Amino acid sequence: MINKVVSNADEAIKDIANGHTLMLGGFGLCGIPENCIAALVKKGVKDLTCISNNAGVDGFGIGLMLETRQVKKMISSYVGENAEFERQLLSGELEVELIPQGTLATRCLAAGYGIPAIFTPAGVGTEVADGKETRNFSGKDYLMEYAFDADFALVKAWKGDTAGNLIFRSTSRNFNPIMAMAGKVTIAEVEELVQAGELDPDHIHTPGVYVHRIFQGEAYEKRIEQRTVRKKD
Amino acid sequence: MLDKNGIAKRIAKEIKDGYYVNLGIGIPTLVANYIPNGINVELQSENGLLGMGPFPFEGEEDPDLINAGKQTITTLPGSSIFDSAMSFGMIRAQKIDLTILGAMEVSENGDIANWKIPGKMVKGMGGAMDLVASAKNIIVAMQHINKAGESKLLPACTLPLTGVKCIKKIVTELAVLDVLPEGGFKLLERAPGVSVDFIKQSTAGKLVVEGEILEMLID
Repeated sequence: MINKVVSNADEAIKDIANGHTLMLGGFGLCGIPENCIAALVKKGVKDLTCISNNAGVDGFGIGLMLETRQVKKMISSYVGENAEFERQLLSGELEVELIPQGTLATRCLAAGYGIPAIFTPAGVGTEVADGKETRNFSGKDYLMEYAFDADFALVKAWKGDTAGNLIFRSTSRNFNPIMAMAGKVTIAEVEELVQAGELDPDHIHTPGVYVHRIFQGEAYEKRIEQRTVRKKD
Repeated sequence: MLDKNGIAKRIAKEIKDGYYVNLGIGIPTLVANYIPNGINVELQSENGLLGMGPFPFEGEEDPDLINAGKQTITTLPGSSIFDSAMSFGMIRAQKIDLTILGAMEVSENGDIANWKIPGKMVKGMGGAMDLVASAKNIIVAMQHINKAGESKLLPACTLPLTGVKCIKKIVTELAVLDVLPEGGFKLLERAPGVSVDFIKQSTAGKLVVEGEILEMLID
């Protein structure tokens, strides 16, 4: 049986180097690879290009890597919740490419499915279309968007097994399964790591073939960005 | 003149039984509070959930369960969870019946601008460009005029566009309007206490008024 297990986050990211392109799963702070981010901050690699739907918040998520100036470029759909991000952007220290969320997701999907490019109507007639090839299908215009090419994908799952199979929980699934498929090297951190055979093959969201390294995260803070509740009547 | 809840109430009347609906942030989110009894809909949250439920009771928040506004929410009987690619796949494939979103400007040919103001920090388009480019039915909830009294329903948008020729219906604090396929805002209903003349003054784009325009019913 193929064994994908590494001992911890430091070992999992040991060959991530300056200038690499990383995908990081998560939506807001939900389902982010907390332990990998902490290890990257500790390692201090710089000039990273990060593909992630959002850029964390001050003091958490990718926000931690911004504070240490490790990120050269962010490729995201929405980056609104982070003052340090804004400061670096306005001062020119940080480059940002904003792309539609569905385009971001589908460019991951294309990479994982071995498809070089996709056609999407998102952004037709807007500045997103600048410099891009447009094709007309059945009377409607579509932009050609390329599959992502990322050196590493860092994803977070709920459960995983020693063979690298992953199961996600609730909306922390978001970008994680498609980024897992898209990385040249995919590192999965999980809340609970079990022996191969303990997960029902019918319940696997991401087959282990896409996962190169897996470890159980030491702890998960799972910070909530917008705590909204209702009162019991 | 309608307040935000009034706009949401009026839009809720457009929702039909059996619809799958995507609600944007702001006024569109309020629409969920006014869906009439007997109308069964499933709300889509583009981070990967169909069948979005209300906020959790205090102490029952689940950090793994949020909506696209990053708020803690709940699921409902019949809910389903999926990844972000499938979420936008169902949007592009027009499985979602209705999209309701906000706008800074709409033009008389149905262009919308709602993501970027030059000179201000740009946060990003999120899923808005995907939604407006693909949805078969889009209703915009917006202010008709800004605080200076200037119209936001224009001959052409001045702000960077989110999508082109995609908006079909607009509900503002003053009126309900359709965007005509040949261009122009067709006035359908006016808000309580608002005159047709005031709507004319408040609409910079081409306004089409035919016959008597009734006050909208919102309750």
